[in-house]
Amino acid sequence: MEAGTPDLIKLEDLDAAAGALTGRKHLLSLLVENRPGVLARIAGLFSRRGFNIDTLAVGPTEDPEISRITLTLDGAVHPIDQVTKQLHKLVNVIKIRDMEPGETIAREMALFKVSAPIESRAEIMQFAEIFRAKIVDVSRRSLTIEVTGSADKVEAFERMIRPHGLIEMVRTGEVAIARSKPDA
Amino acid sequence: MRAADALMEALKAEGVKHIFGIPGGANLPIYDAVHDADITHIQARHEQGAGHMAEGYAKASGRVGVAFATSGPGATNLVTPIADAIMDSVPTVFITGQVRTDLIGTDGFQEADVNGITMPVVKHSFMVQDPRHIPDYVHAAFHIASTGRPGPVLVDVPQDLSRADIEYEPITETPTLAGYKPSTEGNIKQIRLAAKALANATRPVIYAGGGVVNANASEELRELCLADNFPVTCTVMGLGAFPAPHEQWLGMLGMHGTRAANYAMDNADLIVAIGARFDDRITGKLSEFAPRAKFVHIDIDPAEISKNVPAHIPIVGDAKEVLPKFVKEYRASQADRSRLDAWWDRLHDWQKEYPLNYEDSEDSEIKPQRMIHAMFAATEGDAIITSDVGQHQMWCAQYYDFKEPRRWINSGGLGTMGFGLPSAIGAKVACPDETVVCIAGDGSLVMTCQELATAVRHEIPVKVFLMNNGYFGMVRQWQELFWDGRYSSVEMGPSPDWPKLAEAFGVKGMMVDDKNEVEAAMREALETEGPVLLDVHVTKDENCYPMIPAGAAARDMVG
Repeated sequence: MEAGTPDLIKLEDLDAAAGALTGRKHLLSLLVENRPGVLARIAGLFSRRGFNIDTLAVGPTEDPEISRITLTLDGAVHPIDQVTKQLHKLVNVIKIRDMEPGETIAREMALFKVSAPIESRAEIMQFAEIFRAKIVDVSRRSLTIEVTGSADKVEAFERMIRPHGLIEMVRTGEVAIARSKPDA
Repeated sequence: MRAADALMEALKAEGVKHIFGIPGGANLPIYDAVHDADITHIQARHEQGAGHMAEGYAKASGRVGVAFATSGPGATNLVTPIADAIMDSVPTVFITGQVRTDLIGTDGFQEADVNGITMPVVKHSFMVQDPRHIPDYVHAAFHIASTGRPGPVLVDVPQDLSRADIEYEPITETPTLAGYKPSTEGNIKQIRLAAKALANATRPVIYAGGGVVNANASEELRELCLADNFPVTCTVMGLGAFPAPHEQWLGMLGMHGTRAANYAMDNADLIVAIGARFDDRITGKLSEFAPRAKFVHIDIDPAEISKNVPAHIPIVGDAKEVLPKFVKEYRASQADRSRLDAWWDRLHDWQKEYPLNYEDSEDSEIKPQRMIHAMFAATEGDAIITSDVGQHQMWCAQYYDFKEPRRWINSGGLGTMGFGLPSAIGAKVACPDETVVCIAGDGSLVMTCQELATAVRHEIPVKVFLMNNGYFGMVRQWQELFWDGRYSSVEMGPSPDWPKLAEAFGVKGMMVDDKNEVEAAMREALETEGPVLLDVHVTKDENCYPMIPAGAAARDMVG
């Protein structure tokens, strides 16, 4: 559109785009400066703006000066656009990526301690095999199983195992990386 | 060089001439360095006062205001001004002493985690862990405080580290911060789109906020408004950004704004928001705010855009850079000026039908609105006015016409009672040749009146005009209107004898309670050398109207 042309904008054709709820889970990948207090700033921002983090994973990157924070949020509850803009205001936050579900490999790891008496042990081990999970510890009464995969897979495994007596569960929260283009 | 001296060198390199603060144990080395630093230090009497002084200084001059405090209680006393500065985007740097590094985390004497306490209310903060970083942090603090959307930055300096011997090299280049790059220029395509939308609007309103003042873009705002016959309104933070009175001026908008301004928003087809953030005091009931309007939102802070009101044409940038482009694009559209005539007919009707007014007393009683008229007359409309928070603030915003920016200094976002006197002191230090008047409330003034001592000690001739109605007046008004008149703890009772209190501090105290004498008393106060407190006894139970009741729509204004 050129300046000075007589074509006018019809006001009724203007749409307000931002601010809407997307209704799906969002996975935000943040690069932040590796400094004391950065996580506190992010956690504080979320709490004072009333944003609720579903999962959070923090770790080093290939650059020792920079850490990666991966967090998941419910886009049905929070305007993700506003969340990312507020995060961008933090001076220690260098980059934010709202990961596209189709172009992202997301994984988490979970440990399940399951009650496993002799009579059900075989069945539990079979589940583990189906889910390509690993038995990492065993005792007379219980098995400890390590599952790696998408959050959906971990949750599916939990549903299968829970009726057998789930003693304890630990999940890391998802970490994610963008898929490479096939030709790249 | 001792790190504390390097800190002073860095401050001087940033052009700092004045610092407001109070010494204490943890910042002893810093205050020792103040001695030799060739910077004027204004000793406040409470750190909150020092913080508001720094704010008043910044708001009056546009330069970064600086305040010092010691650790623990000194630092926690700064929390209110810091919160105030984030809400009103005031460029400020706060430098606090911290306990020695070996005491941190041990609940040492006067230890408080000021970094943690202030985290939600700073633009950024630095905790010094290596004394060699001190100059870098100071420069980064100034850069962050004064660029983008301005705000407060805290630098916390442990006592032992400020005594360290470091090598100091003057730093000249702008600090680079990986995660901080405000965009200022504005997307030209969006600006073009906005200009075209504006050219097609038949009921437009320009809605300007404090961001225009912060950006020093008043001239550019005027250009835009005068590029056509656009009606313009300002928030309480934006007053002075557009010269009042003016035939295109609708008055302030919002809770105590004019009906013309609020009705204009309610009926507009296009609202151009510039450096304003759609605060609840502007929108009233959000779901019923400006239901017929599309929004162009120009702001330097992307997070403000579509935060409360979804924008149709968002433009992220500095008003100073965006507005000239906007004007150029708008002029190119060659819109028909007469398309706004019907809109102006309606606006004029509202202006005629609902002017700001009040009933003057039949006796000598001073109506608060009349006090503001007298103030305008006595100062000839040419003073820096700072304000406390409450009814007097709103009346002053309504009845005092501000022709220029940085002439109206008040606490808008946080609404900090007690802001007026210390910010007046800061403003006077920044602008010694200007008349500086604080319009105070009797509820507010007592919260920071110890700073009268500062004004005397440093010979800062501020004039305090106290609107004394014996109440927390705004709260009384709400209790009357919305809480069935069940007054609860709003009467001040036997308030101080203000002229005597002033005299006790060494400030000239005056009192007036006759409406025929109020202007003369003000002129006398202004002509008197040194600080003066003029106690003006006004109607006790006057309400500030018009108003949008909390949670109501703008079209449902009362009074």
